[in-house]
Amino acid sequence: MSTEQETQLTATRYRKYVYVWLSLIVLTSLTVSVARLHLTSYAILIAILIATTKAGIVVTFFMHLKNEPLILRLMLFVALLAFTLIALLTFSDVWYR
Amino acid sequence: MNARENSPHSVSFYDDSGRYRGLFSWLFTTDHKRIGILYLISVLSFFAVGVTLGLLMRLNLIDPGRFISERTYNSLFTVHGVIQIFLFIIPAIPTTLGNFFLPLLIGARDVAFPRINLLSWWLFILGGLIVVLSIFTGGGAPDTGWTFYAPYSIRTASNVSLALFGVFILGFSSILTGLNFVTTIHRLRAPGMKWFRMPLFVWSLYATAWTQILATPILAIAVLLLVLERSFGIGFFDPTKGGDPILFEHLFWIYSHPAVYIMILPAMGVVTEIFPVFARKTVFGYKAIAFSSLAIAFFGYLVWGHHMFTSGMSDTSRIIFSLITFLVAVPSGVKVFNWIATLYKGSIEVYSPLLFSLAFIFLFSIGGLTGLINGTLSLNLYIHGTYFIVAHFHYTMFGGAGFGFFAGLHYWFPKMFGRMYNERAARTACFIMFIGFNILYFSMFILGLQGMPRRYFQYLPQFRTNHIISTIGSWIFVAGLLLMFGNLIWSLRKGKKAPGNPWGGKTLEWQVPSPPPRENFEEIPVITHGPYRFD
Amino acid sequence: MEKTETAHAVHTRDIEGAKMGMWVFLFTEMLLFGGLFLLYSVYRSKYSAEFHGSAAELDIVLGTLNTVILLTSSLTMVLSISALRKGHRGLSSLFQGMTILLAIIFLVNKYLEWSTHIHHGIYPDSPALLAMERGQIIFFSLYYVMTGIHGLHVLIGAGVIAGTLVFTTQGKLGPDNFVMLENTGLYWHFVDIIWIYLFPLFYLIV
Repeated sequence: MSTEQETQLTATRYRKYVYVWLSLIVLTSLTVSVARLHLTSYAILIAILIATTKAGIVVTFFMHLKNEPLILRLMLFVALLAFTLIALLTFSDVWYR
Repeated sequence: MNARENSPHSVSFYDDSGRYRGLFSWLFTTDHKRIGILYLISVLSFFAVGVTLGLLMRLNLIDPGRFISERTYNSLFTVHGVIQIFLFIIPAIPTTLGNFFLPLLIGARDVAFPRINLLSWWLFILGGLIVVLSIFTGGGAPDTGWTFYAPYSIRTASNVSLALFGVFILGFSSILTGLNFVTTIHRLRAPGMKWFRMPLFVWSLYATAWTQILATPILAIAVLLLVLERSFGIGFFDPTKGGDPILFEHLFWIYSHPAVYIMILPAMGVVTEIFPVFARKTVFGYKAIAFSSLAIAFFGYLVWGHHMFTSGMSDTSRIIFSLITFLVAVPSGVKVFNWIATLYKGSIEVYSPLLFSLAFIFLFSIGGLTGLINGTLSLNLYIHGTYFIVAHFHYTMFGGAGFGFFAGLHYWFPKMFGRMYNERAARTACFIMFIGFNILYFSMFILGLQGMPRRYFQYLPQFRTNHIISTIGSWIFVAGLLLMFGNLIWSLRKGKKAPGNPWGGKTLEWQVPSPPPRENFEEIPVITHGPYRFD
Repeated sequence: MEKTETAHAVHTRDIEGAKMGMWVFLFTEMLLFGGLFLLYSVYRSKYSAEFHGSAAELDIVLGTLNTVILLTSSLTMVLSISALRKGHRGLSSLFQGMTILLAIIFLVNKYLEWSTHIHHGIYPDSPALLAMERGQIIFFSLYYVMTGIHGLHVLIGAGVIAGTLVFTTQGKLGPDNFVMLENTGLYWHFVDIIWIYLFPLFYLIV
C-alpha cells in the first residue's frame, strides 16, 4: 500500500498498540501462573507455546509484518525453517546416542 | 581531462569524481566497482601468503624436521587453512567478481547499501589483520588446525582467542555482503528483468548470499563461545563441567559445511556465464541451473554431520547425514550435465576463460565424486582424517572454486581493467597449473588410501615417494600460478586496450565501456528477454 | 509497493529495500541466538533435573518485572514510530526517551541480579559453581552467557535509540524520513522477543 494510506492507518494505531501490549501482559501473567502449577513434563512445552504466541504478536503487530509484502514473510519462514532443520538434525545425534 | 567537468557517463570509474582524491578516494569509496578492486587486491594478497605457507608445508614433507619443527608445522597448517578459507576462497568470487558485476548484470547503478559494502571491506581488512597479528603475538600462531576443535583449542597456549576474534569479524563482513546482495537482487533489477531473465551468475550469488546470511551466525556463536570458554571457563565444551566437545563440532560444521557451498556456488555461476559465450550457444537448461543453485544451498545446509562420522555421534544421525550427503550431489550433477550440453554442438572458441572453465569441470568432478566416497558412512570410517580428505577438498575448493575464480578473472579482466592480457601466456599458465595441480593432489588420494594421516608432521617411510611427488607437483603448480598472475599484472599496464565486448557476450556488462563509467549505464536499460541469446 | 526510480538508485531512498535489509540482518541475529538456544535445549534434555533445580535460584519477581519492562519498551518504541509518521516529533522523542529509560531500568535489574549471584559465589569457573552438579554448572553458564549477550544487545539498542532521538529532535527524522526509526524499532522488538523466550526458559521451569 502507499505511504499515505499507511499513515492514515497509523493515525488510529496508538490505541491498537496499547491493546496489543495489554494482550502481551495478559499472556505474561498467564505463563507465570502456569509455572506455579508445577506441571513438570508439560511445563516447558506450554511455556514455549505461550512465548511463541507472544513473539508472534510482537512480530505481526509491533514489527508490522502483517502489512509488509509477502516476500518478507517468506524470508522469515525460510530462516525459521533453516533453524528448525538444524535443531532437528542436531537432536538426531543427541537423543539417539 | 578534468574529471569533474565530464558527465559521470563518459568517464571511467578509475577517475576520481567525488569528495576525495587519490588514495582516500579508494579507501572511502562507495562505488561497488572500486570496492571489488579493493577486495581483489586484498584477497590475492592473502592468497599469496596462504600459498607460501602451503609451499612450506610441502617442503617439510619431503624431509620432515629438516627445515621446520613440529610446533611450527602445526601452526603452518592451521594458519594456511584459516587464511585460504576465510581470507581467500570464501570471499574471493562474491566480493571481487560479485561486487564488481552484480549491479552491472542486473542493470543497476550500484548495490542496495553502498556504504555497508564499504564497511564490509573495512571489516575484512580488520579481521585479516587481526588473524595475521595472532601469528606474531601472545602464545604464537594457533596450532589447533583451522577447525579449532575443543578441548585442545581451549587448553593450548597458542593465540587462539585473537585469531578467533579475527574470524568473528570476518564473519560479520561476510554477513553484510550477503545481506547487501539479497536486497540488491530483490530491489534493484532493471525494469523488465524478471527473476528468470537474470544471468545465472546472479542466481548463484543469490543462493550464496542466503547461505552467508543463515550459516555464518552459527560460526560467530561457535567461535565466541570458544573465546568465552578460554577466557572465563564457561564449560559448554568441557566434559569435566558437564559440557560436550561434540557440540562444538556441531556448531562449527553447521557453518563450515555450508561455507563450502559459499565457495563453490559462485564459481559454478562464473563458468555458467563463460560456457554460452565460448560455445556461441544459449545455456542448456536455464531453470534447472537456477533451481539447482537453490537446491545445493538448501541441502548443503543439512549435511554437516559427514565431517563428524568418527567423532561419536549416534548411528541414527550418521545414517541420516550420509543419505542427505548423497542427495546434495544430485543438483551438482545436474549442473555438470547442463554445462556439457551447452558445449555440445556449439561453435567452440578456445580462449583461456574456457580452458580454465573446462579445467574446473574436470577437477571439480574428481572432487565431487570423491565426496561421494567420503559421504559413504562405511568408507568414511577408514579415510576420515587421512590425506584422502585433504585431496578431496583441494580438488573441490581449489580445483573447483579456485579455478572458477581464475576463469572469471580471465573472462572479466578486459571489462575490469580495460586491457587484454596475453592469451598465449594465459593458456600456457593454465596447462602448467593443471598438470602441477594433479601431480600435487592426486598423489594425496593415493597417500590417503595407503593410510597416511593428515596434519602429521612426519610419516612412515613407505609414504615418502608420494610425498616427494606431491611436493614436486606443488612447485610445478606454483610456476604456473606465477606465470598466470605475472601475465595479468603485466597486462594491467602493457596489455592491448580492450574493446567494450571482446568476447561477444550477451549480458549487460558487455554493453558498457571497458572499464565501465562511474554510474555504470547512461540510461538504465529496459530488459525484454533473457540472457545468452546467440542466434 | 512501487519501486522508487532505479535510474538514480544511488541517491534515491528505497524504503522497502531498507526494511528488507534490516529484516535480513535480524535473521542473522536470530540464527546467532538460535545457536545458543540450541545449546540450551540440548543440555536441558540431558540435565532436566538439575535445570529445574537451578532455576529456583533465580528471582522470578525480578524476571517477570524485566519482562514487563521490555514489553512496555516495545510499546513505547512502536508508539514513537507512529508519532513520527504523523509528524509529532515531540511526542516521538518522548516515547523514544521512555524506551531508553526502560532499557536502562532493565539493565540495572540485570546488574542487581548478577551481583546477587556473584555475591553468592556463583559465576563461571567459581569454586562454588564447580562444586555443584555438572548440570547446574551448565545451567548457570548458559544463564550468564545468554542473558549477557542479550544484555549487550539491549545496551547497543539503547545507544542506537539515543542516536535516533538526537536525529528526531534535530529534525533529521520526520514523516517523510522515518525508515531509520522504523528499522531501529525492528531491532528493538527482536531484542524483546529474545527475552520473551529467555524468561520462561530460565525463570519459570522450576
